[in-house]
Amino acid sequence: MTPMQKLLQLPVNAMNMVKTAQDQMGLQDEAKSPVMSPDGGNHNWYNGEPNDPRHARFGSGGGGGDQEQEERAHLEEGGGGGSGLTSLVTQPLRHDDLKEMLDSNKDSLKLEAMKRIVAMIARGKNASDLFPAVVKNVACKNIEVKKLVYVYLVRYAEEQQDLALLSISTFQRGLKDPNQLIRASALRVLSSIRVTIIVPIMMLAIKEAASDMSPYVRKTAAHAIPKLYSLDPDQKDCLIEVIEKLLADKTTLVAGSVVMAFEEVCPERIDLIHKNYRKLCNLLIDVEEWGQVVIINMLTRYARTQFLNPNMNESLLEEGGGEKAFYGSDGDDDEEEDKDEKDKKKAEAPSVVKRKPYVMDPDHRLLLRNTKPLLQSRNAAVVMAVAQLYFHLAPKAEVGVIAKALVRLMRSHSEVQYVVLQNVATMSIKRRGMFEPYLKSFYIRSTDPTQIKVLKLEVLTNLANETNISTILREFQTYIKSMDKDFVAATIQAIGRCATNIGEVRDTCLNGLVQLLSNRDELVVAESVVVIKKLLQMQPEQHSDIIKHMAKLTDNIQVPMARASILWLIGEYCEHVPKIAPDVLRKMAKTFTNEEDIVKLQIINLAAKLYLTNSKQTKLLTQYVLNLAKYDQNYDIRDRARFIRQLIVPTDKSGALSKYAKKLFLALKPAPVLESPFKDRDHFQLGSLSHLLNAKAGGYQELPDWPEAAPDPSVRNVEVKESVPEWTKCSSREKRKEKKVEKPFYSDSEGESGPTESADSASDTASDSESGSEESGSGSESEESDQQSESGSEEDEEEEERKKKKEKIKAKKPVPESDSEQSSEEEGKKTESKNKPRRGGSDTESGEDKDSETESSESEEEESEEESEEETKKKKKATVSKPPSKPPKIDNKKEKKEMSLLDLDDFDPAPSLSQVTPLNNFLSSSLVTDLEGLSLTDNVLSPTTITPSGNLKTYELLHRITGEGLSVEYCFSRQPFSPDPHMVAVQIQFTNSAASEAKNLHIEDAKLQSGMRMKEFPEIETLPAGETVSVVMGIDFCDSTQAANFQLCTHTRKFFVSIQPPVGELMMPIFMTENEFKKEQGQLMGMNEITEKVTLGEKCHGEHAVIQRVTTAANLSRVPCGSDKECRFAGKTVTSGSLVLVSVVTKDNGAAQVTVNCEKMVIGTMLVKDILQTLTQ
Amino acid sequence: MIHSLFLVNPSGDIFLEKHWKSVVSRSVCDYFLEAREKALDPEDVPPVISTPHHYLISIYRDKLFFLSVIQTEVPPLFVIEFLHRVAEMIQDYFGECSETVIKDNVVMVYELLEEMLDNGFPLATESNVLKEMIRPPTILRSVVNTLTGSSNVGDKLPTGQLSTIPWRRAGVKYTNNEAYFDVVEEIDAILDRTGTTVFAEIQGVVEACVKLSGMPDLTLSFMNPRLLDDVSFHPCVRYKRWESERVLSFIPPDGNFTLMTYHVNAQNLVAIPVYVKHSINFFESGSGGRLDLTVGPKQTMGKTVEGVLVTVHMPKTVLSVSLNATQGSYTYDNATKVLVWDIGKLNPQKLPNLRGSLSLQTGAPKPEENPSLNIDLKIQQLAISGLKVNRLDMFGEKYKPFKGVKYITKAGKFQVRM
Repeated sequence: MTPMQKLLQLPVNAMNMVKTAQDQMGLQDEAKSPVMSPDGGNHNWYNGEPNDPRHARFGSGGGGGDQEQEERAHLEEGGGGGSGLTSLVTQPLRHDDLKEMLDSNKDSLKLEAMKRIVAMIARGKNASDLFPAVVKNVACKNIEVKKLVYVYLVRYAEEQQDLALLSISTFQRGLKDPNQLIRASALRVLSSIRVTIIVPIMMLAIKEAASDMSPYVRKTAAHAIPKLYSLDPDQKDCLIEVIEKLLADKTTLVAGSVVMAFEEVCPERIDLIHKNYRKLCNLLIDVEEWGQVVIINMLTRYARTQFLNPNMNESLLEEGGGEKAFYGSDGDDDEEEDKDEKDKKKAEAPSVVKRKPYVMDPDHRLLLRNTKPLLQSRNAAVVMAVAQLYFHLAPKAEVGVIAKALVRLMRSHSEVQYVVLQNVATMSIKRRGMFEPYLKSFYIRSTDPTQIKVLKLEVLTNLANETNISTILREFQTYIKSMDKDFVAATIQAIGRCATNIGEVRDTCLNGLVQLLSNRDELVVAESVVVIKKLLQMQPEQHSDIIKHMAKLTDNIQVPMARASILWLIGEYCEHVPKIAPDVLRKMAKTFTNEEDIVKLQIINLAAKLYLTNSKQTKLLTQYVLNLAKYDQNYDIRDRARFIRQLIVPTDKSGALSKYAKKLFLALKPAPVLESPFKDRDHFQLGSLSHLLNAKAGGYQELPDWPEAAPDPSVRNVEVKESVPEWTKCSSREKRKEKKVEKPFYSDSEGESGPTESADSASDTASDSESGSEESGSGSESEESDQQSESGSEEDEEEEERKKKKEKIKAKKPVPESDSEQSSEEEGKKTESKNKPRRGGSDTESGEDKDSETESSESEEEESEEESEEETKKKKKATVSKPPSKPPKIDNKKEKKEMSLLDLDDFDPAPSLSQVTPLNNFLSSSLVTDLEGLSLTDNVLSPTTITPSGNLKTYELLHRITGEGLSVEYCFSRQPFSPDPHMVAVQIQFTNSAASEAKNLHIEDAKLQSGMRMKEFPEIETLPAGETVSVVMGIDFCDSTQAANFQLCTHTRKFFVSIQPPVGELMMPIFMTENEFKKEQGQLMGMNEITEKVTLGEKCHGEHAVIQRVTTAANLSRVPCGSDKECRFAGKTVTSGSLVLVSVVTKDNGAAQVTVNCEKMVIGTMLVKDILQTLTQ
Repeated sequence: MIHSLFLVNPSGDIFLEKHWKSVVSRSVCDYFLEAREKALDPEDVPPVISTPHHYLISIYRDKLFFLSVIQTEVPPLFVIEFLHRVAEMIQDYFGECSETVIKDNVVMVYELLEEMLDNGFPLATESNVLKEMIRPPTILRSVVNTLTGSSNVGDKLPTGQLSTIPWRRAGVKYTNNEAYFDVVEEIDAILDRTGTTVFAEIQGVVEACVKLSGMPDLTLSFMNPRLLDDVSFHPCVRYKRWESERVLSFIPPDGNFTLMTYHVNAQNLVAIPVYVKHSINFFESGSGGRLDLTVGPKQTMGKTVEGVLVTVHMPKTVLSVSLNATQGSYTYDNATKVLVWDIGKLNPQKLPNLRGSLSLQTGAPKPEENPSLNIDLKIQQLAISGLKVNRLDMFGEKYKPFKGVKYITKAGKFQVRM
């Protein structure tokens, strides 16, 4: 008998038994029999519980082994699929058999053995003695066996350290495997083996994997970091280095995992985040959902350390007024005080606001903006993470957006509801208004689990106020009738809380509760008594009849707590019920011995109080009660009796205290404050385990308080290589390829903004680029944007190009680019039409030029996006309608086909446009622009083109030296751009100071953020040496200060240039009357208003100077104004037409106040800065 | 993060355990079992339990407890959501999520759990990715595997894992390319005893079954997207596009998935498709009572109401019922005190009625509270909010898919207080 046969005899035997057993018991149909489907049959050996009669049977049969011959015969037929091996599990010999199976050279046997071993592990059975046999198979070729061996190893390596070491070399080999899955799983297992001796090997492997080509392996490396850290915390420093490296990784796959590692290893090293902050914000939408949760939670903490409290001003108010009004209105006199206080605060409010104007850090804004879409996630954890981020970080006015999403989660599983309600309960205390519109969503159904009911009740109570209390109380009335008594008790308490918090309904509630006293259910009555007691304590004198009513209840109520409460009430207010109180005591004295301890104590209490107030009637009774208590079984009661006797009964020995007995017993007791158990829970980060438990869980990172002053925001700036020579740095092709694969779906993989002038605009660019690219991602060409991630104009071009293609080459259908393969093909086709140098250039740019691109991006506002899109459509229509008459000409131009196509199309209808621009404009533009135009009539009519007037600032586009003799300057002519009123006119002046003439001056290859558009000037054929020529081009900046990047080409050279508009040039003046101005200003209050104080510069005094300075800084027109202390200006943004209103109020001492009202807050903020700067100079 | 997972059946047996970090003794479950004992209903077990050394976070689903052990701070929803994903994954793989199925496929479940988490942090939770790593069982495959010795485990990294669209695998091929969308709307309502609406809202979900080859890029637009008040999407939906154009643009996962869920902005103007006339009286003597229920159609937009099912949770003291139904049949479970009346289709001409007497426990006081009715119903070919799909366009592939949209209205948590 071969060893294998020997080994298999048992299984086959067992299998037979299974069959017979099945036949006999008729339990299972043949389809499920183990032979037919091993997977389905697994349960047989799985279920091998000794108490199962079937298994017991073949257990013994197998053990006996008396049918050897027959079984061997079966072996040939049945093959190796002995799923019926169940018996082995229950046999003492089982492991030997498994060992033999593992030693065999048949993979199927090994697999079978491993499956059974893993099943044992899954059931929690010990399989550690198989370790040597299993570990030998670690190098098995069969991937499933291998995986199962890995599972086993990880489970038992810690127990069998020495043997585990045998496997290490296999993993080390695996780490070098060309298959990324094998590399990754080798690292996974290696790092999961908790054996201290291999720490250096693990460290090395992690370091290596962190720079692996495959992002999946890098992700695994990130996962391995916390494993190693928990094994050997001494490695922390090395691990932090790896974390730092991986944090810089640009793939979404790695981001979540590395942040998780960061949180576990070095959450205190917040400085590591600075450089990656913007990238993380921008990548966030593409990270897998679990990573999103971790990143958002971490960023919440980060933001708390780096930014200022957006509610700085409100929070001052809130602490004083708002909060207190809610809880403090316990007594009527209190309330009045409160009102005074509130009034005072209100008076103070404006001054507080003025004292500290708050401008949100753009990075802070970036975070809020980029997390908001995630409120729509299907994953409750993500929604909760965003909600807590908004709760902790957003300005008060914006927090409201999370309510809807949280209410949505309430439809989810009851566990999710439970957690969400806990958090809503906490939030609803701080921000009641937020959930008020959703009040009805918290109504309770009889089918809700009790814990959900109680939480909903909590939220309803928190939301109750004067206006909605009647509906809530009506709802509560239904709840009281519920069958769920715990819930009814909670409702009664909730009513009590509503009554304390809202003075108006106190009597109604009290009456309702008193009615409940006649309820048949004792628990309900008891709970009511307790709550009534608390309520009465607030105003006992008005309610002596209720007390009397309750006194009557002592005959019926048996719940000790309720009895005790009644007794306490009568004792406390015995003066209000002078007749009844002694009678109650009399009754109680009778039943004293049969009462519960808690009631006995209250009887003694009552007796003492009565003795002090009405000793004539109750002296004897008291003596009697005290005597009874003296011999009570409970020592507490005996002690209390002795103590009270000494205090109240005057004897010659009585101590000094007895004269104060009255004061001691009948002191005024403050009314209890009924408050939510969720009050102040928000010092825990919401959504956290600690918040849920209301106790600090292990590893919880405190949410830091806002800093007093914001730390330097420039730490988040990322240095970027210069954009111009980037394309020459083109590295290997593979590198680019890999990058392409990693490029995220919706977001920009590289969020870092370029080297930017100020922190403000720096982050603006980052955020803008995000929305820009996101938009491009959401278009139908999303995949394409993976390939060539220039968005905006590029995309437009392509669309247009596609249109063209449709027209021109009808045979060739437009190939949609959603498949990346296809799109890359198409890309190829496109680039083929370009000549070689260009191709290299554009390709690398798509790969690496991202950094510079982010700089030139479009506005963040959706409206403008929409608008621009609309316009693109219009434009397209126009394009289509025109007969494509020029193609031959285009083909002559080798440089760039689609570009020239655009050129022609766009400029055909308006030939030789630059010169005529202003004139056209006169005819076409509105009255408003006409008025503006009037002031510049001279320029317009000048024979050449607009010469920059004195107060127009010229900027350099190309320096003489870099331009090899060609110098180019530009200025914003402040003329409406007639071909497209949404474009800013830029006048460009070329001066050729070289010796030879320059030919074919034109623009090429604009790199614009999505939404931005530009109309090139017509090509300048020749520019003789020494000559100067001016042209006008239009750029639609989409109301953002992102630069427009493009190439300026001559017949020989190309220069990368960019035009970045000052914010003041993004608007055009409009005419307005004083009243209109005031009206519009009134509509743009709140967040749309930015006010700054300034001390005017020396040369800047006087109305004229101010006007001159402001109009220089921004293209605005003056609005007439009655006061000479105030100057007003009005304009609208060029692209979206949003109003921009500026007013400067000067004061005597040279101080002034600048107010900007603009719908677009970013524009407003930037404009204020510019105006301040110009006024202080 | 997630340290260990235990699967516990209703009788308190732990039938599967999986540890992602060091091994946690299963005795930790005792704390949970204790809480389980205390709770009257399995739904009432607190989802989060704190023990001296660990935290236990559990979900109750398909009559099983999924119990995870946590050692350090982690957002509880993170764990809860993950546990639900595990349950869904099992459902997805084996057709149902039950103790038997898990026991039958214990190795595969174990392998899946191994892939889903690494060191307690989710690694692959997309069903498409998992199915490439570990192929779901089919009869054909298991036969082939036994013959050839090949395995169910993939040896290549699934393409989805690396791509930016992890929900879709590459190289999908179908001979019949089809895309079906089910717009399912549920009415959540509370009606008070007079029949006035206390609270009503419509929650909808768009379920999709997309079997399209290649990498299709779909655009789904609605006739009246303004109806949608609050939405949540499958990660494949491009949010920006929705924000700006109110169209759903997405590259779909392969197979069945939930495209979006939404809430309809109707400000209580929700059409309530049925009304209930009800009266329940208990005699003062306390020996019995009478019940009379009539269900009729109300605002049904001309469609028939089907699958009407009325559930009444009776007071504890109701011993038995003796009723007469003019349509359908009723059952009364004395253990849970639940009366179920299965009516079926509503006929407006002849309204179904259920009436008869209730007998109470002798000596027990007359119940104070009235039970509430829960109603289940279904209306085919109607989205009660009036939402309509306008069109579905496909880009990126050349073939012409077969498209279909179906509307169904159901009762969600529809309760009538008596």
